[in-house]
Amino acid sequence: MNVATRPALLDVARIREDFPILTQKIRGKDLVFLDSAASAQKPRAVIDAMRLAMETQYANVHRGLHWMSERTTEAYEAARDAVALLLNAADRHEIVFVRNSTEAINLVAHSYGRGVMRRGDAVLISGMEHHSNIVPWQLLRDSHGIELRVCPVTDAGELDMERFEALLADGRVRLVAITHMSNVLGTYTPAERIVQLAHARGAKVLFDGSQAVVHRRVDVQALGCDFYAFTGHKLYGPTGIGALWARRELLDEMPPFLGGGEMISSVTYEQSTWAAVPHKFEAGTPAIIEGIGLKAAVDYVLAVGYEAIAAHEQSLTDHALARLSAIEGVRILGRAQDRGGVVSFALDRAHAHDVATLLDRQGIAVRAGHHCAEPLMRRFGLESTARASFAIYTTHEEIDALAEGLEKVREFFA
Amino acid sequence: MAAAPPAPDAFEGLRDLYQDVILDHGRRPRHAGKPETFDASAKGDNPMCGDRVQVFVRFAPDGTIGETRFDARGCAISVASADLMAETVAGRTPADARALFAAFREMARTGTCPACDAALAEPLERLAPLSGVHEYPSRVKCATLPWHALVAALDGAKEATSE
Repeated sequence: MNVATRPALLDVARIREDFPILTQKIRGKDLVFLDSAASAQKPRAVIDAMRLAMETQYANVHRGLHWMSERTTEAYEAARDAVALLLNAADRHEIVFVRNSTEAINLVAHSYGRGVMRRGDAVLISGMEHHSNIVPWQLLRDSHGIELRVCPVTDAGELDMERFEALLADGRVRLVAITHMSNVLGTYTPAERIVQLAHARGAKVLFDGSQAVVHRRVDVQALGCDFYAFTGHKLYGPTGIGALWARRELLDEMPPFLGGGEMISSVTYEQSTWAAVPHKFEAGTPAIIEGIGLKAAVDYVLAVGYEAIAAHEQSLTDHALARLSAIEGVRILGRAQDRGGVVSFALDRAHAHDVATLLDRQGIAVRAGHHCAEPLMRRFGLESTARASFAIYTTHEEIDALAEGLEKVREFFA
Repeated sequence: MAAAPPAPDAFEGLRDLYQDVILDHGRRPRHAGKPETFDASAKGDNPMCGDRVQVFVRFAPDGTIGETRFDARGCAISVASADLMAETVAGRTPADARALFAAFREMARTGTCPACDAALAEPLERLAPLSGVHEYPSRVKCATLPWHALVAALDGAKEATSE
């Protein structure tokens, strides 16, 4: 497999060779892809693993008695081991494959929320959640009579921990569902502290790790949390596959999410019994090829190494904050102490969409909009921002190109 | 203001979409602001990007569109489009305004409007700087949203329905 060996420092030129798409020209210019937080590019190892599986061994999993099915089942289940290793899960059966983080959170809202929570219980989220960690709880509130509480965010873009404690004080919060790293502000939430405070009040903790797991090592046992959700496509894997990690005893206790094939032990017209976890939560033919691709992505990330990744992205983020804040009229959202490689900004006199389009004309891809976090945008008095986000293949020169491109946009609208 | 103007090619590739008329009307719209009185009004909303516009129409005694004003929150293209719309529909009957919208929408989607009525040549020429959005499918709605709101107002509706 073509993966970088673990360097002391990340060799970005070497890494870039692993991502075929990065040689693309956009409008005749070198691609400067600064939208990895929306979805990351794929290394050849992932592309090859998926193609190879389809070309040489493809069959459905878990039920065939023939060679192809056995091989594919092995490869698919190896992805579960890879994810268990990635998150340092104590038990591979604690890894439930889902389509993405959104589905993972909906699974918890449905199975834990409806199955375990009672009317009058509360769910506590934060003011910097992606819509995917807001709406499932609103649905649960409306159908199941739970209360939804929102912990505010400070001007610096950090969780207001005083308010967080106060919101837990009455002991009615059964679940804290919170981002591990904001997709807009880049803020890392103080995960260990959150868990400590929540557990002290009898609340379980779910982290939305969609962004966090891309940039830093996540150890669910060290964090002490109860649920952890992430998606594969932001972690250099394919779309359509993600994972929910949850403590075994919680998964055992929770009723199924979707019903169908794969998730049953036996079915009669009178009643059905459920398969053991994790299969109880994996109804239907899963995303087999995507699972195999996710394993390749996890292997790739672990081979590069989180130490090197985190150091590289910290350096990129520092560089971006320095370059962008030196541009007149640029306002950067959030200035959290602990932050990852996502920088959202607004430019005076120019709408974020115009900024993104004008950067695109220069071959620079950024995201613009509300980033599926409308309440957070409103919190900062904005409707939309532009956002640059970084990955293992991002270079300092690309950030320089962004700064120069933005300078040009500013002059253009001056 | 005092800064030297950038070299002519500094904005190469930017001007074809953001022509001077768009920058000018986007920054200094002539028809922005809610009027004291109006005969019809409707809102348009693009939930994908958060753009929002409200259009206010006052009819002339002969039933043509007297004055159109708007209140917009959005990008330069949507504001410029709303402003140029207000300018080009003035004095037209509602039916004419609808025909102009149909032609403009075709231009925004494809860049040209070969089948368009020659009678609309003049206002379409005025709107032509917006035709660059056809290269950006996600931005076409920025240019057409104010028109959807206008047509909704002419129909007596309060909200524009999405495309």
